[in-house]
Amino acid sequence: MSTFVYDLIGLSAGICFVLALKGLSSPKSARRGNLIGALGATIATAVIFFYAKPESDGTPTSLPIENLGWILGAMAIGTLIGVPAAKKVQMTQMPQLVALFNGVGGGAAALVAIVEYLSLGNDATTAEVIATVFTVVVGCVSFSGSIITFMKLQELMTTRPVVFPGGRFVIAGTLVAVLGVSGWVVVALGTTPLLILAALSLLFGILFVLPVGGADVPIVISLLNAFTGLTVAASGYVLDSTMLIIAGTLVGASGTILTRMMAEAMGRSLFGTLFGAFTAKPQEASGAAEERPVRSGSPDDVAILLNYARRVVIVPGFGLAVAQAQHTVRELADLLIAKGIDVAYGIHPVAGRMPGHMNVLLAEANVPYEQLAEMDEVNPTFGQTDVAIVIGANDVVNPAAETTPGCPIYGMPILQVSNAANVIFLKRSMRPGFAGIENELLYDPKTMLLFGDAKASLTKVVSALKGL
Amino acid sequence: MEPIAIISIFVLAVFVGFEVVSKVSSTLHTPLMSGANAIHGVILVGAIIVASHSETNLELGLSVAAIILATINMIGGFVVTDRMLEMFKGKKKEAK
Repeated sequence: MSTFVYDLIGLSAGICFVLALKGLSSPKSARRGNLIGALGATIATAVIFFYAKPESDGTPTSLPIENLGWILGAMAIGTLIGVPAAKKVQMTQMPQLVALFNGVGGGAAALVAIVEYLSLGNDATTAEVIATVFTVVVGCVSFSGSIITFMKLQELMTTRPVVFPGGRFVIAGTLVAVLGVSGWVVVALGTTPLLILAALSLLFGILFVLPVGGADVPIVISLLNAFTGLTVAASGYVLDSTMLIIAGTLVGASGTILTRMMAEAMGRSLFGTLFGAFTAKPQEASGAAEERPVRSGSPDDVAILLNYARRVVIVPGFGLAVAQAQHTVRELADLLIAKGIDVAYGIHPVAGRMPGHMNVLLAEANVPYEQLAEMDEVNPTFGQTDVAIVIGANDVVNPAAETTPGCPIYGMPILQVSNAANVIFLKRSMRPGFAGIENELLYDPKTMLLFGDAKASLTKVVSALKGL
Repeated sequence: MEPIAIISIFVLAVFVGFEVVSKVSSTLHTPLMSGANAIHGVILVGAIIVASHSETNLELGLSVAAIILATINMIGGFVVTDRMLEMFKGKKKEAK
């Protein structure tokens, strides 16, 4: 195969990636878009096996490419790990899997850059060394940062910001060291400085993500995703592959826009999230659990309240997904609709653990799309709503986001359930939400709490309602 | 390759990347992120290229590790994105 044909096929893969991103931007074409992306990646990968790249002095080489057994074996292992993980993961745990996949991609890019650097030796041009340094630094940050986001989402470690005294100086110091060693590699070349650089970058990735609070984690995943894209583009430069430059740049650019859109949906400033590490102050330990009266009710009380309502808004949160109660909540909604009650689901943009996560989970339970109302649609209707049922959500309905400047979620748009005539919270306990903030609404006189597992509680409410 | 050609490709790809995702409803943020994540798994191509000209055991070992990681990223990424999007199927039927 001539170099021209090889490059042309690479270009067609690049076009597939553009069409994939375009397709993924609209609900109708999203699935097809993803498949086009997979097609592009398959074409790009398959073609290397049929192209013998000439030596740099022009001497032709022959097929099959060297180390073919190792290459195919490694791909088989990767497939055997990746496919079952992707097939078996529960939809509730999907955000952390995406974080993990992104991390290993960043790690792969860093390894590719290191190997290419080893084999180029002193023949590397300054531009190539700079691109290598960039790939190693950003790839390693993406790798270790993603591992930390994975651990936060999997709750293997605390979801709260981890801040230690003098933390910002440690982070700033590490960053200075990374930049210094980067300069050292460019000037002095050599394997040892590059490995030191990789180690420092891994450390920086950990320090960079630790102070990020639970609610901001999705933004960081999206940002690290864009980072990994840029490392792929830089590798494309070093390896002289136009396809990799196009693919990496597309992901880098679209990932940056996506990160900004997510930050806007959550009412966070991107800058604040990024440099949270430098501004975060150790949080004061929140006051000991106050013994304040709350009004808790029985499933029968809830059923009666619902039975005489004209309009009910269901606000699902991550707790609903954890309890696997999507199907039960749909049963409840169907029952209410059969009684002539107006029912809508109020979906906060970041309900669940990632923007759009809750829509995926409810779609899994076959909830009709028309009943899902986005925040801007549903908020003005809470005034005419008799009952708002909050199931396993907390932060997204916490009025503190509007009333308490300085609290971690201040400024985040919320579902204004406090405007409804009655609010019912289905909760496992009085434990605060993912962001770790007390919710005043729980103590409001018009609020009724139904403690217990969301699925068990809903099942009881459904049977009580059937009996009325 | 000419530096100006590389810079042109890069700059134009940035604009295309900005444009194609500029209007996406929050419903699709997660699948879009996951799909873009799978696309950067094509670093697999880079990993295979470096593996094919690895001469020392160190180089080969590192590039084999890179291939494993990149394959997980690429194939796992596309499969999990497809699973996510499969759930939106139900509503398409109703739209018809």
